[in-house]
Amino acid sequence: MRMRTMEISVGFLMLAGFLALVVLALNVSGLNLSDQGGGYKVYARFDNIGGLTPRAKVAMSGVQIGEVTAIRLDPQMLMAEVEMKIRDDVDFLSTDSSAQILTSGLLGEQYIGITSGAEDEMLADGDRISDTQSALVLEDLIGKFLFNEVSD
Amino acid sequence: MLDWIQSLGHRGLSRLAAFGRAGQLLMQSLIARPEPITMFPLLIKQLYFVGVLSLIIIVVSGGFIGMVLGLQGYTILVDYGSEQAVGQMVALSLVRELAPVVTALLFAGRAGSALTAEIGLMKATEQLASFEMIGVDPMRRIIAPRLWAGFISMPILTIIFSVVGVWGGALVAVEWLGIFDGSFWANMQQAVDFRADVLNGVIKAVVFGFVVTWIAVFEGYDCIPTSEGISQATTRTVVFSSLAVLGLDFLLTALMFGEL
Repeated sequence: MRMRTMEISVGFLMLAGFLALVVLALNVSGLNLSDQGGGYKVYARFDNIGGLTPRAKVAMSGVQIGEVTAIRLDPQMLMAEVEMKIRDDVDFLSTDSSAQILTSGLLGEQYIGITSGAEDEMLADGDRISDTQSALVLEDLIGKFLFNEVSD
Repeated sequence: MLDWIQSLGHRGLSRLAAFGRAGQLLMQSLIARPEPITMFPLLIKQLYFVGVLSLIIIVVSGGFIGMVLGLQGYTILVDYGSEQAVGQMVALSLVRELAPVVTALLFAGRAGSALTAEIGLMKATEQLASFEMIGVDPMRRIIAPRLWAGFISMPILTIIFSVVGVWGGALVAVEWLGIFDGSFWANMQQAVDFRADVLNGVIKAVVFGFVVTWIAVFEGYDCIPTSEGISQATTRTVVFSSLAVLGLDFLLTALMFGEL
C-alpha cells in the first residue's frame, strides 16, 4: 500500500513535469504547432529595413496576421527583399495593399504594417507588394532637418 | 617551508584521488548491467524522496521569485513607459537562468544533503559492507537508483519552477498592477524561443542535476564513517554543489547565449 501511494505520487510528478513543459512550449514560448505549414508567402522590397529581423510580426491595424520569415538583399535592384508568411485565414488583402515598416512604441521592436487597398483581386502565394514605405531612420531624419535649416 | 610544500602536494594528490574515486563510482553504478525488476521499485522510492518531496519548496520559491521579478520589473520599466515588457523579462530571466540555478541550489540543500547523510550513515553503520557480504553490489542497489532519481527529477522540478514563476509574475503584473494581459503574454511569446531558451534551460537543469547528485552521492560514499565525518560530508555536499552549479552556470551561459 505504501509502495502504491509512492508510485502514484511519482506518476503525478512526471505528469506535472510533462504538463509544465507543454505550458512552457505553448504559453510562454508561443510555439505554434498548428500553423507551421499554414500560411502563404508574400514578398516586398524596401529601400531600408532599419532594424527589422526575421520572426518580426506582420500586422494589419496592429493585429498580428503573420511574421517575417526571411530577409535578403536583392542584388539586381539593390534593395532589401523581405519574405513574410501571412496566415491562411487572412485572405482579404488586395493586390494593391501597401506595406510599411513601423516601430511599436518609442523604443520598441520594428514590424511590418499592412494596409489593404481597393482592388478586387486578392494577394496569393508568391505575390509581391509593390507599394512599400521604408523604416524611419533617425539619422536620415536629422540629416533632412539640418539640410532644410541650412537651405532656408 | 619544505613541509608546507609537502602538505600542499599531499592535498593536491588526495584531491586528485578523490576525483578518480568519484569517476569510478559513476562508472561502476551507471555502466552496471541493468536489472529492471529489482531496480525499478528502488528507483520509484528514490524518485519519491528526491523528487516528490522537493516539490513543495520548488513550487513555493518559484512562485515568490516570479512575483518579485514581476514587481521589480514593473517598477523599473514603468519609468520608461514600457511596462508591457515585464512579461518577457520575467519569462526570459526565469527560463534561462533563475529556474535552473535556484532549483539546483534548493535541490542541493533539500535532496543532496539528505542523500549524503543517508549513504554516510549506511557506511558508518556498516550496512554497505554487509550488502557486499551477502553478495549484493551496493553500487547497484544503493548508489545507482539515487543517481538516476536525481538525474530524472532535477529537469522536471526546473520546468515546474519556470511555469510557477511565470504564473507568479503574471499574477502580480496582470492581476494586481493592471498590465493589459494580451500584451503581457504576446510580448513574452514573441521574446521566448522554444529551442534557444526553453530547451537550453532544460539542458542546464540536466547538467546541474547530474553534478549535484553525483557530488552528493560521492560525498556520502566517500565520507569518514563517524558522526563527525558525516556532518563534514553533508556540509561539503552543499558547498561544493552550490559552487559547481554557479560556476557551471556561467560556463553554460557563455556557451549557449554569449558569443564568447
